Amino acid sequence: MTAAATRSTAHSIVEASPRTKAFAGGLVILYAVITILPLLWIVATAFKSQSDAIAYPPKVIFEPTLEGYVNLFTVRTRQTPDFIAKLPPPETWYDQLVRKRDMVIAGPSKVVPRFVNSLIIGFGSTFLAVFLGTLAAYAFSRFRIPLADDLLFFILSTRMMPPVAVAIPIYLMYRQLNLTDTRLGMILLYTAVNVSLAVWLLKGFIDEIPREYEEAALVDGYTRLQALRKVVLPQAVTGIAATAIFCLIFSWNEYAFAVLLTSGEAQTMPPFIPFIIGEGGQDWPAVAAATTLFVVPIVMFTVLLRKHLLRGITFGAVRK
Amino acid sequence: MTTISQPDHATMPGVSTPAKSRDARRVRGLSDRTIAWLFVAPTIALLLAINIFPLIWMIRLSFTSLNLSMSYLPLRFVGLDNFRDILNDEDVWFRLQTTAQFVISSVALQVVVGFGLALLINRQFRGHSFWTTIILLPMMLSPAVVGNFWTLLLQPQIGPFNYLISLFTGVPPSSFSMTGQVSLAPWTIVLVDTWMWAPYVMLICLAGLRSIPDYIYEAAEVDRASAWRQFWSITLPMTVPFLMLAVLFRAIENFKMFDMVNLLTSGGPGSTTELVSISLKRAAFEKWRTGYSSALAIILFVTVFGAANIYVKTLNKVKQR
Repeated sequence: MTAAATRSTAHSIVEASPRTKAFAGGLVILYAVITILPLLWIVATAFKSQSDAIAYPPKVIFEPTLEGYVNLFTVRTRQTPDFIAKLPPPETWYDQLVRKRDMVIAGPSKVVPRFVNSLIIGFGSTFLAVFLGTLAAYAFSRFRIPLADDLLFFILSTRMMPPVAVAIPIYLMYRQLNLTDTRLGMILLYTAVNVSLAVWLLKGFIDEIPREYEEAALVDGYTRLQALRKVVLPQAVTGIAATAIFCLIFSWNEYAFAVLLTSGEAQTMPPFIPFIIGEGGQDWPAVAAATTLFVVPIVMFTVLLRKHLLRGITFGAVRK
Repeated sequence: MTTISQPDHATMPGVSTPAKSRDARRVRGLSDRTIAWLFVAPTIALLLAINIFPLIWMIRLSFTSLNLSMSYLPLRFVGLDNFRDILNDEDVWFRLQTTAQFVISSVALQVVVGFGLALLINRQFRGHSFWTTIILLPMMLSPAVVGNFWTLLLQPQIGPFNYLISLFTGVPPSSFSMTGQVSLAPWTIVLVDTWMWAPYVMLICLAGLRSIPDYIYEAAEVDRASAWRQFWSITLPMTVPFLMLAVLFRAIENFKMFDMVNLLTSGGPGSTTELVSISLKRAAFEKWRTGYSSALAIILFVTVFGAANIYVKTLNKVKQR
């Protein structure tokens, strides 16, 4: 801001007065605090005991415990106190924690495989979408392609379809191809959804790289592919990274396809989390623990992406 | 790379003239047309396989009475019966009405909150960037996970939401249920959706506000236009294209809404929050009426496709600015 020049006009809208600023700041901070409270409540619930989590009135101050996290990662069976007394002393702190509730750890829960599915499907589809998207975006950006606008619209329109409606024929097709409830099936599906975003975003990023660099490289005797690899890609690396994070976030968060097309083997976290149940309904501390672990990477990515967020959510239409 | 050398066009590297280098480019490696085709084809092929082929299959199924729970029955073509049934079904119209109400009220609320926030943040107070990032967090989360944890927050007895309301209004916290009451549930999904997506409108509006050059305001100052006047004649009209973009995108997304509402109320109580997508999921994946739900899906496709068309046109208009 070239503030010095404008500040001389006392009540210019361009540079707000200190009082207006303080007022605006106060309201925004109030909104931010209210908006973040639900998230903080979930993070706190993860550290509550089962009874604190469902206490009335809701507890703000409580004794923190890792029970929620232990419950998330284990399957437990209830035993009689006599039986527990006869057992050899607990080997680990979490064994001890569970025994205090008259329970014994029977084995690991399904959360780790689900988390691994989320990672494999997320990274797999992101890699494929960004790879295909970079090639297509480069072609759309640099070459005259017949019906380019129609093709681009077609690519975007596939993302506009309601996922439940798309899932009906996919379900039938995957049944024929034995792709139901497989990671490969989910990777292909998420790639198809993500590739539309990748093409649109990357086309914007590549459009911004001056053609002169490549032209110079071509004159110097590079082939097109060499120029792409050695000149364009290094310039587009930030854009590619931002696009990749957007794709990853989509696959990570996706629910509709996951819940309709997977049931076990390839199930990801979003359809799994609501069904973490304890004795008598949802095990809220464990659900909150899973939610916290699930959301932390997203929060980090949001901070990383801050500069490119606007582009990503508008398919590259608004660039700031 | 394979180099096809042709004696006529043999050029000495480094000393090629512009005219010659163009020839050289065609000779070395693949031609531009081949590359363009090779680069675009895989994406188009994937979309044809995963989107278009199934879509065509679904169009075929929409003319049949296929029911997957009775798939031993031979495939019977029923012509336009499914479409006729849907358009004559009062329930479907009721779901569409519920969806329209949800879309209109949530988008309207998001525009008010989002635009308001953008105006405030545009005052550039200290630390605005940090607080903006905090405000943006909800829209990055998984809608399903959001819907799930809001059910805890909105539990009549143990949830903090009712408790806070009772602190301010004195209404006993267990006397109302945000997700379980016919009068409140439609507003609950609007509330949670706004919590999640008002930041989206805010971010786009903020870009709109920042695109307005300072000198316009300075000119208005010289003309002694009041702040109110400046808002109505400069700020609002110049932000409208951005606002339109946000509204269209949100409207399309909310028309498709499934995940968040499915976990928050799963269409209930009764069917007060049963949006079209939830209804479609029940027909297709619980009642297994594949023929019927294919027809309904096609009707939704056509609707969204029409809206998407307008959307892309608006995108291009905004881009040209």
